[in-house]
Amino acid sequence: MTEHNPLSQFRVVGTRPVRPDGIDKVTGKAIYGPDHVAPGMIHGAILRSPHPHARIRSIDTSKALALPGVKAAVTGQDLPHLPGKSVSLGEGEADLANLSCNCLARDKALYEGHAVAAVAATSASIAREALKLITVDYEVLPHVIDLEDAARDDAPILHPDLRTQGAEEPSDKPTNIAFTFALKQGDAAKALDGAAAVASGRFAMPPVHQGYIEPHACVASWNADGQGQVWCSSQGPFMVRAVTAGVLDIPVSDVRVTPLEIGGGFGGKTTIYLEPVAMLLSRKAGRPVRLAMSREDVFRASGPAPGLVVDIRIGADAEGNLVGIEADMLYDAGAFPGGGTMLGPLVLSNMYRYPAVDIRTRDAVSNKPSVAAYRAPAAPQITFAIESCIDDIAAQLGMDPIAFRLKNALRPGDTSAMGMECGEIGFVECLDSANAQDHLKAPLGDNEGRGIAAGYWINIGGASSASVSLAEDGSVAVVTGNPDIGGSRASMAIMASERLGVPYEKVRPIIGDTATIGYSVVTGGSRTTFAVGRAVVQACDTIIADMKKRAANVWQVAEDDVEWRNGAVHCTAKGNDNAPMTITEMAENANTTGGPIAAEVSINPHDSLPAYGVHICDVAVDPETGHVSIKRYTVVQDVGRAIHPDYVEGQMQGGAVQGIGWALNEAYIYNSKGCLDNPGFLDYRMPVASDLPMIDTVIVEKPNPAHPYGVKGVGEVPIVPPLAAIGNAVKAATGKRIRELPMSPDRVFAAINGGK
Amino acid sequence: MIAFHSPQTLEDASALLAAEPSARPLSGGTDLLVQMRSGRVEPAAIVDLKQIPSMRGIRAHDGGFAIGAATPCTALLDDAALCAAWPGVVEAANLIGSVQVRNRATMAGNLCNASPAADSVPALIAADARALVVGPAGEREVPIADIPAAPGKTNLAQGEFVAEIRLPAKSASGGDAYLRSIPRTEMDIAVVGAGVSLVLDSSGTCTAARVALGAVAPTALLVEEAGAALVGTGLDDAALDRMADAVRAACNPINDKRGTVEYRTAMAAILAKRATRIAQSRAGANS
Amino acid sequence: MSKIAVTATINGDEQEFLCEPGESLLDALRMRLNLTGSKEGCGSGDCGACTVMMDGRMVCSCLVLAPEAEGKRIETIEGVAEGSVLHPIQRKFLEMGGLQCGFCTPGFIVAAKALLERDPDPSETEIRYWLAGNLCRCTGYDKIIRAVQEAAAEMRQERVVS
Repeated sequence: MTEHNPLSQFRVVGTRPVRPDGIDKVTGKAIYGPDHVAPGMIHGAILRSPHPHARIRSIDTSKALALPGVKAAVTGQDLPHLPGKSVSLGEGEADLANLSCNCLARDKALYEGHAVAAVAATSASIAREALKLITVDYEVLPHVIDLEDAARDDAPILHPDLRTQGAEEPSDKPTNIAFTFALKQGDAAKALDGAAAVASGRFAMPPVHQGYIEPHACVASWNADGQGQVWCSSQGPFMVRAVTAGVLDIPVSDVRVTPLEIGGGFGGKTTIYLEPVAMLLSRKAGRPVRLAMSREDVFRASGPAPGLVVDIRIGADAEGNLVGIEADMLYDAGAFPGGGTMLGPLVLSNMYRYPAVDIRTRDAVSNKPSVAAYRAPAAPQITFAIESCIDDIAAQLGMDPIAFRLKNALRPGDTSAMGMECGEIGFVECLDSANAQDHLKAPLGDNEGRGIAAGYWINIGGASSASVSLAEDGSVAVVTGNPDIGGSRASMAIMASERLGVPYEKVRPIIGDTATIGYSVVTGGSRTTFAVGRAVVQACDTIIADMKKRAANVWQVAEDDVEWRNGAVHCTAKGNDNAPMTITEMAENANTTGGPIAAEVSINPHDSLPAYGVHICDVAVDPETGHVSIKRYTVVQDVGRAIHPDYVEGQMQGGAVQGIGWALNEAYIYNSKGCLDNPGFLDYRMPVASDLPMIDTVIVEKPNPAHPYGVKGVGEVPIVPPLAAIGNAVKAATGKRIRELPMSPDRVFAAINGGK
Repeated sequence: MIAFHSPQTLEDASALLAAEPSARPLSGGTDLLVQMRSGRVEPAAIVDLKQIPSMRGIRAHDGGFAIGAATPCTALLDDAALCAAWPGVVEAANLIGSVQVRNRATMAGNLCNASPAADSVPALIAADARALVVGPAGEREVPIADIPAAPGKTNLAQGEFVAEIRLPAKSASGGDAYLRSIPRTEMDIAVVGAGVSLVLDSSGTCTAARVALGAVAPTALLVEEAGAALVGTGLDDAALDRMADAVRAACNPINDKRGTVEYRTAMAAILAKRATRIAQSRAGANS
Repeated sequence: MSKIAVTATINGDEQEFLCEPGESLLDALRMRLNLTGSKEGCGSGDCGACTVMMDGRMVCSCLVLAPEAEGKRIETIEGVAEGSVLHPIQRKFLEMGGLQCGFCTPGFIVAAKALLERDPDPSETEIRYWLAGNLCRCTGYDKIIRAVQEAAAEMRQERVVS
């Protein structure tokens, strides 16, 4: 079931045309990261550490280089040492020294699978053979995998120079705690001690992976004159350019990045792993070099989402008003600092009104792959704890879970504990809509339970460029710098079509390379349709203004006497019978009215609005085996406005199912040697089609005043509620509150049989 | 460089396998290719058994069935007589991997890969199936349970391979079933598997029973005490409880990424009971 | 280095290629024949992105050795459309938003076509189990399943008409 009641004020916005890149993608013609071939290309391979923590005493590549067909070998010593240098990516800073060390270990391998050397050869099989001929002299060091162990004072230290950033009392003692932040407002302890209902506990969850089906891959070509080219799939070619140039310490203009189609990212392709290594190999070999990860490499060496351990306490008074929250969060950063720690408090504070707050968050490094963004980074983890507690408090008070949330939800005009001034947010509208769903009234069978949970995500704007140009026949090329990860070409074309009054089919949306369009930050943060879409609309408006000016010239009237509507300029001057000129006519005559009609717009909006969603989930629990099956699932979400509802619903459904996987079975599992025990789709158990029912969607549209068509971000928030929605449903079915993820059959079985 | 052979006769296949210690037989390849890719095995020769005519297809044999070792699991579904006689075996073989995998994977490969969690093996053991082993010394028929020696290891000698899986004639009032526990609904390796084969008399009394378990010991187990607990009973709840006790007692599993000792032991008993009920209803329907 | 010469019928045309003995059919299709529509998501038969038809049965081409293709009939995503006319399954994927990133799409379309050729009217559950070997991380499967259902309905209709 899908529910979407679009306002009829638009011609194209809110309709569901076929995506412009569709046929290439259903016929196998689209070129993804692993598909690109450059003339003369050779094949690289990466040697990875078998140890979770080891000092690299030396690496000898001479035997590998002697193998016929091998053209180049590199190690971390070939990369410049860049202590303290960072590069701005719009969304945040990237520490270049850490990024460099993650691409190729410098003096220590920090996790199993950490890249330590690379070769390039005339065939992939020769490259693999060559890896066996590389000798690495490792001094194996004690490792630490468990997050809480890593945070202890006596833990093996990963980075001897690391000191805790943000600590109230700075210490010069080496530590694995990379960052800490605390916020206190009011007296939370006192408020909670006196609360009528309190829910508390320790919630814990291991890292999970984004699980995109396309492994990372790139081709790089770096010529002797210093000019380099990279072809790769990523969430942002400008990000790839910035960090590749940064890690290699070369001018940004020497790196041109051409985006290929991207086979899923979910945040995991907002950083790089291969590109600088492929560049180095290419420079040495004098040939373009392909580097591609295997699925095992992806799991062992690309960023999972951080695990979290949180002690939390939330309470409410007898009337159902929340009185305070305490939370102590510890996020797992993996091998390098940067666990997205600040996002935890933000998410924690931006759902409900709390008169008193006492929160602390930290992140700790450990001998696991460096974490990366994953769809609403840090939010699903903390929301699992919050929304489990909220549900328990409502139950203690005998209140309906939606009514309890409505009573405490942030509304426009509120300011959250972290200082978010709530604009036209739609949390209340989502709760109201959820409350009206038939799903809530459907009967439940034996051993079945229903859970609801809400979720928040910040959504961002950020640097965005778009160009719009008219061809001679009035057809339109729209160029942006943002990879199409789930239908954004279609939404760009819809917005341009709507604005210019031309048929959707006459708009050709293109993803440009870094030399053909202005700077744009990544496709991420649920920003593309909002921020890049706004740039597209503004570029359309620029050429409309140009066409009005030209028409005024042709007609010899004032510009004010020219109006744009329905894809044509109209003369409104009194006593004037000039026939309107369509965009096609304007394009045909462009060379006699001032030349080509085109505009490029670069903007940097920061007035995005956050997204809220409410999920309703029915589960059946097999009381003998602990298996949880999802019987029915409804996603309610405020999207501002759905430009192409198919792809809006697709985001809601796909995000929900990623959350379902996270809740039920997905987890990084380590063995006692500190090695990942499930680096494949067989034992890293993402949901398969037979695990799921249809995912019903309800699109709530409370327009965003900062976007010409009202768009809020859509992509990320749907992964936030499912963890708690399922936990709450399992509680309803079994009476057991499960505070650890995943809720796999053995854990649910243990909870049913004597657990608490 | 690997040598790739496609022998046309059992003798040639055996000679090729005997000649090269690291040589690997290939039928479905769904385990072999994964192991080669990961570097776990590096065979100098691959001997494709699929060109040998007798290795493919299902024949009547001794009142039962002889299934060529290179017959893919999905092909079992196309044989109505086999499905009617041994539905538990056919279902077990068709739980392995995906349709894509089962279009290649074979029961013989599942057996000789020697994973303790192989789905078809407990079902075959419960059915009292045998393997026809061919080698340099000729042929021999071996009970299924005697093929695996330890995880990843078989009792086959150099140059030996399984050429056929032989299922006995099914008793007119017999029934079999196989169930497994996996976290998802498909695409997983069994956390525990349980195969049960029963014969009932006209009054519904169990006259013969075999209960076999997967993933609770280094190799799939025939639990004779569990079968014995059912024989002579009307399969009442108390009999099934005694069977379940025997199953739990026989379990010697490990803690690993797929399950804990406690969970595996508990599930083995539950699945054995559930499989018994299915086998019972199949036997009852046949009697 | 001794390569093996393989002759196979690929998307209806006889093709010859040289391959290494241990090379997968997927690598041969992608690197020797430039048929990059079949994707490698895992290389272990767990994701289905490399699904092709071999003598009428769908297989993971990453789990087939290229020399095994000798004399076989192989059909890949590149052979699903008839010339420039899309197969109904391809069309329904487009019309119903059955893809987001599109990386898993070739495998799903080949697998769905195999299902509908065998069973013109599968239930939702049958579709879900048949496609359980194809992982999609973007869509949550909903729109894929609906696209297959719609394509099946349309193909049944066409059969009645013709």
